[in-house]
Order: sequence, then C-alpha cells, then structure tokens
Amino acid sequence: MIEILLRYWPEFLSGLKITLQLTLVGLGVGSVLGMLAALGRLYGSRWIRWLAIGYIELFRGTPLLVQLFAIYFGLPDFGVTVSRMQAALIVLAINSGAYQAEYFRGAIQAIGSGQMMAARSIGMSRWQAIRHIILPQALRVVIPAWSNEPVSLLKASAVVFLIAVPDVMTQAKIVAARTYQPLPSYFIVAFIYLIVVYALSTLLNRIERRYRIPGLEVESHRT
Amino acid sequence: MNERTNQQPIIEVIDLHKRYGDREVLKGISLRVYEGETVVIIGPSGTGKSTLLRCINLLTKPDRGVIKLDGVEITTPGTDEDKVRQHIGMVFQDFLLFNHLTVLNNVMIGLTKVLRMDPKEAEARAIKELERVGLGDHIHQYPGQLSGGQKQRVAIARSLAMDPRVILFDEPTSALDPELIGEVLEVMRMLAQEGMTMIVVTHEMGFAREVADRIIFIEKGVIVEEGPPDEMFYRPKVERTREFLWKITELYGHRKESEPHP
Repeated sequence: MIEILLRYWPEFLSGLKITLQLTLVGLGVGSVLGMLAALGRLYGSRWIRWLAIGYIELFRGTPLLVQLFAIYFGLPDFGVTVSRMQAALIVLAINSGAYQAEYFRGAIQAIGSGQMMAARSIGMSRWQAIRHIILPQALRVVIPAWSNEPVSLLKASAVVFLIAVPDVMTQAKIVAARTYQPLPSYFIVAFIYLIVVYALSTLLNRIERRYRIPGLEVESHRT
Repeated sequence: MNERTNQQPIIEVIDLHKRYGDREVLKGISLRVYEGETVVIIGPSGTGKSTLLRCINLLTKPDRGVIKLDGVEITTPGTDEDKVRQHIGMVFQDFLLFNHLTVLNNVMIGLTKVLRMDPKEAEARAIKELERVGLGDHIHQYPGQLSGGQKQRVAIARSLAMDPRVILFDEPTSALDPELIGEVLEVMRMLAQEGMTMIVVTHEMGFAREVADRIIFIEKGVIVEEGPPDEMFYRPKVERTREFLWKITELYGHRKESEPHP
C-alpha cells in the first residue's frame, strides 16, 4: 500500500484537488441558494414560497446520481452543453442548496417570532430585522447542524466519477485498474476522505466556539 | 379629564374590533391617552389587553376601528408602519432583547440602523439611556448574562432611545422573580414622574394605584369601567370592577416592592 501511495501520489493529489474544489464550490454556491430558498420559504409571497418549496423538495427527493445524469446527459438536448466538471459543480451546488435551505429554515425558526416582533417594534423593516437581528443569530444556531453538510457533500461528491470527472475517487479507480490491486487503492482513498472530514470537523468546531454568544452557551460537555 | 378636552390625545383608539377565528377578542374598544399620562389597563387574562397593545403598535392588524397617533390615523392602508413604530415604544413580557448583541448594542441598533444616527452620537445616547435605567455598569455584557430585572430595564432603555411619543408595556413584570419586580417598577415610576406617556398592562395593583393617572378595566373585549385609581379602588360604579380589583389586590397587591413609597 505504501508502495502504491509513493508511486501514485501525484494522481491522488490531483484527484483530491478536484474533490476539494467540487466540495467548496458546491458548498459556497449551495449556501447562497439555500439561504435564498430558506428566506423565500419563510418570508416570501405565496408564489416565491411555492417556488422555494418546489426546489427544496425536488432536489432532496431525487437521488444525486439521477440529478447528475439528467444535467450532464439531458442538458445537451436543450442545446446547452456543459463540461463534465461544470455539470458536477452545478449539480452539487443545487443539491447541497436544497439541504442547506432546510438547515437555515430550522435555525431561523428557532430564533423565533419574538425577535422579529421586537425588531419591528423599534421601527425596523422586515428586511432590516432579518438582516440585523434574525440572521446573525440564526447563522450561529445553524452551525452544529450545518456541519453535517460539508462532510456529507464531500463524500457525496464521489458520484461524479460516474461521469468521469477526475476526482479522487476516479483516480483511485484508475490506480486500482493500473496496479491490478483494488484493495490498497481504495484503502488509500478512504483514508484521504477520512483525513479531510476530520480536518473539516475540527475547523467547524472552532468556528462554532469562536462565534458563541456569551451567556447563551449550549452545554457542549457534561459537568 | 375635563381640563384635557381641548388637548389632542397622543393615542386615540376608536371602536376597535379584533377576532381570532370565531373568538372575538376586542369588541369595540375606544380610548384616549393624553401627553404625560400613565394609563394602566387591567383585566383577567385572555380579555384582549395584549392584543389591544399590539394593535396600537400595528404588530397586529385590527379587523375594524381607527387608531390615531397625534391626531393622524395610522390604520389606513398605505401607512408607513415602520415609521409609526419608531414613535411607539414597546416593552414585552419576555423582554425580547437581541441575544447576539451587547447591552449597549441592543440600545444602539435602533439608532444606527433605523434612525441612521452617527455611531458616536448613538453610543452617547444609548449610554445616557442605560444610565437612566441604572445599567451604566453593564453596557458590555450580553443579555444572557443579566438577571430578568436587568433585561427588562435594557428593554426599556431600548425603547427610550428611540424617543417615542408613547411606550406600551405588556405585563412588564409578569415574567420576573418577585424580588426583581421592584427595580423595574421603580424605573417605570421614574418615567411617569418625568412625564413619559405610558400605557401599561399589568397586575401590579400597587403600581396602578400609586402611578396611574387612569385605570381602565377591560373584560371580555370591552371596557367595563375607567377612572382615576382612587375612584376605581374605592368608589367603583360597577360591581364587577370592585370584585376584580379586590381579587387581584389579594393576589398581587401586597408585595412589598409594589407598595407606595412613604
């Protein structure tokens, strides 16, 4: 296994870069989509609310793989050609956005209508209240639950190997085929995912602590 | 009230109706509150006192009736509700401080974000209001680090900073431990003396008797009786008023903190 790693580390490394790129872009664009969908679902007019619900349910209710194939093989029928990488990025972002929307919605609802009422009572508009009062609190509350998303997206991104995007999973498959030794290759890739997930979790824990509101700590350890 | 008939009320409510589903909470409430008055609203729970306050602040939309602020109707469609609420302060039973902001920022945020005041100026103003409610030493703490009484005083300072025409208090001491009620009532008493116009929903009969210019007794969505405290307590015209006041004084009125100061 060490031998394979020593010989093929450039392949794994380039794959890891693609995987991280897919995860981070998917997460970033997904968080914007998710926030818009959550706000639309909670505060939008009836039309916008249904649009948001439709988006969320459609992309949470169908397999990621189906979405990937539909975009990559389906879009050309409408005259839009996308590269493999573009298709992967679009699908991961849209899919992640649907999940993130529900995390955000839960957090916003947990902040409660009382905070909104208090904000309105000093003359804030609804948008000012959302921006200055609701979101700063909701974004803190959301961190523990939302922390699932980077981890789960990272692992879900492995499906892109089915449209031959050269991510770390695809590289592992290539190495496995080249060496005729599937086991070490997949062990290595599993280990790579594990390390990245661990690093992500540590980072997110730090962020959570950093933005904790004094006096409102949720007990994170037993006393 | 006679000397006030020529004066324009700050708040005027005319024939206000509000129903939730098939329950009619307000069945035609009319009242006037004049500059510098402290009006205490009492009544059994579920009789629409909170709903009335929320209607006045446009947080709840009445079904029928008119509300005027300084003679201008604010219940017409197209009214700038945000603008109206800047002039009507509100203090809630459960404080509703902004938990992610320090005490200072709780009071400042309305000034900087709503009134677009210069931050330096806003800070000075906020500190002044916090000192007024006796919290000058706590400005950098977060709401989660304060006692209930302190929280409610921050909430009062938050309202005061906006320089409202009137402040509505919705059972401001009902969520407090008994020993913390006094400090909040003390601040409200001070405001009344300074001439702040206030509408207070409360069960604190000591406060009502001592501070109120007028007491309004509401039951089942209508005003049963209103008058100066002495009349309401000692010479009520309606038997139900006597009965209610007697009961509620028995329950809430004998607390040391709310007794009139000698």
